[in-house]
Amino acid sequence: MLLEVNHLQTEFQLKHGTVKAVNDISFSIEKGEILAIVGESGSGKSVTSLSVMGLVQNPGKVVGGEILFKGEDLLKKSKAEMQAIRGDQISMIFQEPMTSLNPVYRIKDQIMESIMTHMKLSKKEAWERAVHMLEVVGIPSPRERAMDYPHQMSGGMRQRVMIAMALSCRPELLIADEPTTALDVTIQAQILDLLYHMREKFNMAVLLITHDLGVVSEAADRVIVMYCGQIVEEADVRSLFANPMHPYTLGLLKSIPRLEDESDGPLYMIKGMVPNPLKMPAGCPFSDRCDRCMERCRREAPALKEIDGHKVRCFLYDSETEEAQV
Amino acid sequence: MSEVLVEVKHLKKYFNLENDFFGRPTTVLKAVDDVSFQIHKGEAFGLVGESGCGKTTIGKMLVNLYTPTGGEILFEGTDLTKLSAEKRRAYCKDIQLIFQDPYASLNPRMTVGDIIAEPIKINKLLPSNEIEKRVTYLLNCVGLASHQRNRYPHEFSGGQRQRVGIARALAVQPKLIVCDEPVSALDVSIQAQVLNLLDELKEDFGLTYLFIAHGLNVVKHISDRVGVMYLGKLVEIAPKKELYANPLHPYTQALLSAIPSIDPAKSKQRIILTGDVPSPIDPPEGCRFCSRCFKKTDGCEEYVPELREVSPGHFVSCYLYKKQKPDFRSI
Repeated sequence: MLLEVNHLQTEFQLKHGTVKAVNDISFSIEKGEILAIVGESGSGKSVTSLSVMGLVQNPGKVVGGEILFKGEDLLKKSKAEMQAIRGDQISMIFQEPMTSLNPVYRIKDQIMESIMTHMKLSKKEAWERAVHMLEVVGIPSPRERAMDYPHQMSGGMRQRVMIAMALSCRPELLIADEPTTALDVTIQAQILDLLYHMREKFNMAVLLITHDLGVVSEAADRVIVMYCGQIVEEADVRSLFANPMHPYTLGLLKSIPRLEDESDGPLYMIKGMVPNPLKMPAGCPFSDRCDRCMERCRREAPALKEIDGHKVRCFLYDSETEEAQV
Repeated sequence: MSEVLVEVKHLKKYFNLENDFFGRPTTVLKAVDDVSFQIHKGEAFGLVGESGCGKTTIGKMLVNLYTPTGGEILFEGTDLTKLSAEKRRAYCKDIQLIFQDPYASLNPRMTVGDIIAEPIKINKLLPSNEIEKRVTYLLNCVGLASHQRNRYPHEFSGGQRQRVGIARALAVQPKLIVCDEPVSALDVSIQAQVLNLLDELKEDFGLTYLFIAHGLNVVKHISDRVGVMYLGKLVEIAPKKELYANPLHPYTQALLSAIPSIDPAKSKQRIILTGDVPSPIDPPEGCRFCSRCFKKTDGCEEYVPELREVSPGHFVSCYLYKKQKPDFRSI
């Protein structure tokens, strides 16, 4: 097991109260696996990834749980130790390739910086490695393009540079936070293809954060669906899409307009919207929007249950409920 | 088919980026280069393409935010580009715009009620004592409660704000609404709500849409006919069923295959285009798509293919589908 997150809790202390952005979640990633976390804005997927990286900003704070990376708890590491791990063993790429590159430095300087910090290489060796990485991610004439500034590159190119930078120290875990959201579809296909090949080549694990179920089905091995800071469903890709169990997952899948769909009727809608994190409903957080909400859902919150390797947090799959219905 | 509401003929929009000492343009960005299409009354015409292909520029020319460099925009037979500024403005009432970003397109200092009432006041459509009733009606139409009229935009979620933007567009009873990526900034579950709302309003108010989007699946749901743009040119126009069942232009084929499917069991043959979209400042000669095309033949780099009708209602600009393919050696 490469990464094991147990009962992680991250909270934001605000003027009006405490927001539990990540509320007791546990998951694990194996070597070479692509795990996707999907959810809508505010579901806590990005905060989860920032918690793993130790990058949660004030007023946010990790208040509980443990993050075991190769058996060591990252939450117990000092700032300096985390800095040595970030960019070396765990790397991250962000949604906005423009804002995450420094506009006043050349591409080569930015890639060489992380190489020279983490690997004891000379400047010349670092340059060779930077050029090699640019070549690996498919940038044409890498020697010339390495001298460019970020603004001279297109969005897809910049995202490739970000990937080259993230992979330059051969990380064992890559956290990709919405890596293709800002890109066009044809470029998105290129980048997903690249991530897939990089995974094969370097045998690294990828934690893919996205809101796009299409991207998940293309790229991931296993999926976690998050809603309001909790995991509502977890399964491998095939069984999640073939047999979605939680009403939220089902609703999400039904509300996407499909290319194969021939009907012109209205789309399925999940009614209402994500509840205010300061005024969570009692019981299941999805109860107000759920088609199959029962009386019990409004009273108590369901626990994550495992059924044949498919985890789901819903009373529909609870033996007690079944008896009550019978 | 019903009558034509808007006809765009050879529409062009060039931006002069740099001028020389005498004010003559030296660097020209051809955002929209010779585009022609028709929109019929009561239909939704979808316009898709990647960023920088000029789809938003077309929308902005229709609502008079940009002045075209050349070509005609015939709205119910009147050429809008030839009108004086004052007369042109009278038509703005008939063509309204819904913006992509519901956070940036509403004035944060105005209440939602004022935002919706403003176009009615400016166009003097109703006596002031009836405006309130109209605003209430519009709010109900888009699924908001009338007591929310005194709130400010920041008190609403993204989906609700987009509803306010839709109500504002409806306020002046337009004939055509240009929807510029109305759902791209919204969450999936909210997207479906807004798309369904737009569909309902189209029936109820007898609207015509120009629906601009980069996602082919969203466009498919709402449009009757679809035009695909690449680098300032329309490369294919077809009724939506025809386009999705039988895409002809290689770019359309690549675009369709690039959409991630939500069915992991179905492994489809993916066409991954190499390279990026070339810069519209210095586009490739000949076919604009030739630098990325996987079906390139001789002549594609020299001659610009015209948009031609290959089957009824299906237009494509590609040499692959020309019985009339010119003999390059004889030219």
